[in-house]
Order: sequence, then structure tokens, then C-alpha cells
Amino acid sequence: MRVFALLLAVAASLVHADERRSGYEFMSRSTQAMQDDDTSNPAMLWVLDGEALWQAGKPSCASCHSNMSGMKGVAARYPAMSSGRLMNLEQRINLCRTEKQHAKPYAYESKELLSLTAYIALQSRGMPIAVKDDATKGKALYEQRQGQLNMSCAQCHDQYAGHRLAGSTIPQAHPTGYPVYRLEWQTLGSLQRRLRNCLVGIRAEPYGYGSPEMVELELYLMSRARGMKMDAPGVRP
Amino acid sequence: MNRRIFVLALALTPWMRTARADAMHDAMSAVLKGATPREGRVKIDLPPLVENGNTVPFSVSVESPMTERDHVRSIHVFNEKNPQPNIGDFFLGPRAGRAAVSTRIRLADTQTVVALAQMSDGSWWSGSANVVVTIAACTETV
Amino acid sequence: MAARALLRVPQRAKRGEVIEIRALISHIMETGFRHSERGASIARDIITDFRCTYNGAEIFRARFYPAIAANPFITFTTIATESGTLRFEWSGDNEFTASESAAISVE
Ligand code: HEC
Ligand code: HEC
Repeated sequence: MRVFALLLAVAASLVHADERRSGYEFMSRSTQAMQDDDTSNPAMLWVLDGEALWQAGKPSCASCHSNMSGMKGVAARYPAMSSGRLMNLEQRINLCRTEKQHAKPYAYESKELLSLTAYIALQSRGMPIAVKDDATKGKALYEQRQGQLNMSCAQCHDQYAGHRLAGSTIPQAHPTGYPVYRLEWQTLGSLQRRLRNCLVGIRAEPYGYGSPEMVELELYLMSRARGMKMDAPGVRP
Repeated sequence: MNRRIFVLALALTPWMRTARADAMHDAMSAVLKGATPREGRVKIDLPPLVENGNTVPFSVSVESPMTERDHVRSIHVFNEKNPQPNIGDFFLGPRAGRAAVSTRIRLADTQTVVALAQMSDGSWWSGSANVVVTIAACTETV
Repeated sequence: MAARALLRVPQRAKRGEVIEIRALISHIMETGFRHSERGASIARDIITDFRCTYNGAEIFRARFYPAIAANPFITFTTIATESGTLRFEWSGDNEFTASESAAISVE
């Protein structure tokens, strides 16, 4: 496994464990510049779609939620318990979709769901992450070794954060910017899509979209990042 | 664009490298129509480290007063190792004020990018840049 | 959903000033060189042409190839000459067309 042999030949200095940095800080200047300006951040194209969808549907999201300021800080406190179940933001949106609009839920990674999520997440820009629920289950998943490479999320993102793996710098896995426009994907994608990529990377069977494991992992990542500022929708390599 | 496949293809068939370089040469000849470009005046800006070859910030600028009498007419950008040698053609004139264009490009591999500029007097100038493209980790199998 | 575009054009400028213009548009820019998992080739679907006019006169034009990244982004400059409208037009494969405009006031 060429890529993982490289991992052992890393040279960068270790990041202090108590120094939390968002993925943004690990990016090159030119990728940061892409995120910094709303007219150069491709994720903002999805926000325009989200804005239109917010006004569409019967009844529209806007008709119940009147103004968008009510969505301030919402993305920063998901996943959260709702109707007795732990839900991420996408699932919370789909709950309104099925129960309030009596329509079919949007599929994961559909343009519609990503657009609405991006539009709602944008309202939390600059706000501190503030999830509340217990993340013990997600922490266990994060620390568990898995896949053919028998690695845990923690090994890469705590132990080797800041080191290079093939062409990438391993970030600390703080989900401040989701959904993100990932250059590799050339499109917007959810945090779950990002996590699936990491699981495929270690040759593990990825958890399904919307599965309890995914949502628990999301919750744990958000709780690790509690207090960090949201920068969604971000750009990542 | 599936870079991994290109990279593999290139590694397996070394003769394709020359085929691709020829393709770039042919594409440039089609634009030059027999003219010989002089080196200089054209500057390409690419990040020193390309984080992902799918979206590479690219800028090109040409030294020119950009007046009615003396300006850049067009800029043509080429690459060596993508499946197609052309990247983009840009047409400007004295109203541009400056000859500077930026976009985002795809680069399948570590390679040379060349820009040709035609001035209002018909002369051609060229500039080039070498760029190192790394392969991203933890991608999905699409 | 229709294509979306984001423009950056200064609302105000001094006469004679060189201004920078940015245009970003949603488009997949399918290269035509990719294959599906089953091996079938995926047809090219790209924006091929971009044009910007200033009160009707063309000030910038570009031709795109598959090497232009998805969601094409372009920046260029122009001299602010008079108040009016900048119009941006994109066209490409599968009869794709899109346009957007922005107003500028020049003192
Ligand atoms: C082999 C090392 C490795 C393992 C194991 C790994 N990742 Fe990653 N992860 C990476 C790399 C490298 C990136 C950045 C990729 C890039 O920028 O192209 C990344 C990115 C991320 C990001 C995005 C951070 C941001 O700023 O957007 C998150 C979140 C993440 N990983 C979570 C996880 C979780 C959860 C697991 C366990 C299920 C995991 N990773 C396992 C290497 C790893
Ligand atoms: C018929 C009215 C109605 C419609 C239509 C509706 N919602 Fe809701 N929505 C609600 C109510 C009621 C709540 C619960 C509020 C609460 O718990 O504080 C809610 C909660 C939410 C939340 C969670 C807010 C939080 O603070 O946790 C989100 C996000 C949301 N809706 C998004 C949407 C979106 C997106 C749409 C359109 C696709 C939509 N809603 C359509 C009534 C509606």
C-alpha cells in the first residue's frame, strides 16, 4: 500500500493536541482564497438554489419559518435529538419535508438537500459549534480500528494530523464547513460523503447514508469541535 | 476527470507521453499558423503546490500597454498531458486596460502549461510554467 | 434546476479606472473522456463559449475546453467608460445557454 507507507515517512511537525484548527487552516492559500470570497466560492451556487427552494413547496419552508434569521445557529447545534431520535441537519430538513410538506424526502447528496442544507448552514457562519447531546457512541466508533488497513479515525486525525498523506495534509477532522465544495468531487457534498471517503480510504465498508453510526460519528466530531466557529459552506481539497 | 486513470495510462505506455507532447505542439501550430512565438512577456501563475488537479487556480498576464495601438489580442493556453491539449482561448482588446485573466483548470498530472499571446502588431509571445500535481488521499471509487 | 451564476462587478467606478470582473457559473463540465463503471463512455457536456458585453459592445470573450474546471470561474478586467450594463453570456454543448447582467455606475 504505497499511500500508507508514505504516511510513515512523514516529516511535518506534530500539532499540539490541545490546539484545534479547522480544515481551512490546513489548506493552501489559493484554496483558502476560493472560500474567502462569496463570489469565488462555488458552494455559493448551491446557496442560491437553497434560497429558491426555501420559497418553494406547499406550504413553503418560508411560510412556516417566516424569516431566515430563525435558522441562525441551527446548523451549529445539529446532530440533535428531535422527535425522540438523534438527527443530523439533513434528516431534520427531511422531517419537515415529509411531515409538514407531505412530500417525498430528498435523497442524500441530491442537489435539493445539499442546497437547503448549505443555505441553512450559511446562517450559522461565524457562530460557535454548540451540539449538546451525549457523544459516547460516536467516540467509540471514532477510536475503533477498522477496515483492511485496521486503522481508526483517531490514528490519522489525532495522532497524525498535520502530516502529509499522499498529496493531502491530514486535517484534525473538525466539521466546521459542511456541506463543503470539495475540489476532488468538483461538487458540493455532505459530511457523511466525506466520512465515507475516509472509510473507503482504509478499505472499510462505509456506513450507509443516514445510518445511526454516521449520525453518531457526526455528533462526536461536532462535540470535539464545540466552540469552534462554523465556516460553512466551505471549500476543501 | 479521472486523474488516476490518466496517470496509470501514462505510466503504462511511455510512448503516449511523446504522443501527448506532439498533440500540444500540433494544437499550438494550429493557432500560430506558421508564426514563431518569441519567449517572454507572458507570465503564468499556478500555485506552487497543487492540492487537487481537478481544480487548479490559474492566472495568465501579458506585459502590454493595452492601448489602441499596442495591445494583446488573444491568449491561448495549452497543456501537455491532459487528454486534450487545449485549455482555453481568451480574446481581449484595448478596453481590457490590463491583459490579465484568471480561471480554474484541470491538470491530469505533473506537467508543463504553455500560454501564447498575440499582440495587435501580429507578433506572438509565449510563457510557460511547470506544475507538480499530487494525488489526493481518501477519495471515493467513482 | 436552472444554471446559477454569481458575478462580481463593482457597483460604482471612476471613469478610466481598470476594474476587475469575476463570473462563476454552475456547470458540470463533463469532459467526454470519462467512462462509467460499466465502461461506457460519458458524453462531453461543457460550456464552450463565454462572452461579456458592456452596453452592447463586446469587451471579452473566451473559449473553454474540457480542461476548464467544473463550475467555470473567470476573471478579467475592463476600463470603466460609462454607466450602464455588463451582460454575461455562456453557451455550450446540448444547447446550453445562460445569461446574467450587472449594472455599473461610472462617475
Ligand atoms: C488514513 C488516514 C485517515 C483515516 C484513518 C481517516 N481519515 Fe479522515 N481524512 C484523512 C485525510 C487525508 C483527509 C483530508 C483529505 C483531503 O483534504 O483531501 C481527511 C478528511 C477528513 C474530514 C474532513 C475535515 C475537513 O476539514 O473538512 C473529516 C471530518 C474526517 N476526515 C473524518 C474521519 C473519520 C470520522 C474517520 C474514521 C471513520 C476518518 N476520517 C478516518 C485521512 C484519514
Ligand atoms: C407547516 C409548517 C412547516 C413547514 C412547511 C416547514 N417547517 Fe420546518 N419546522 C416547523 C416546525 C413547527 C418546527 C419545529 C420548531 C421547533 O422545534 O422549534 C420546524 C423545525 C425545522 C428545523 C429545525 C429547527 C431547529 O431549531 O432545530 C429545520 C432545520 C427546518 N424546520 C427546516 C425546514 C425546511 C428546510 C423546510 C422546507 C423544506 C421546512 N422546515 C418546512 C414547521 C414547518
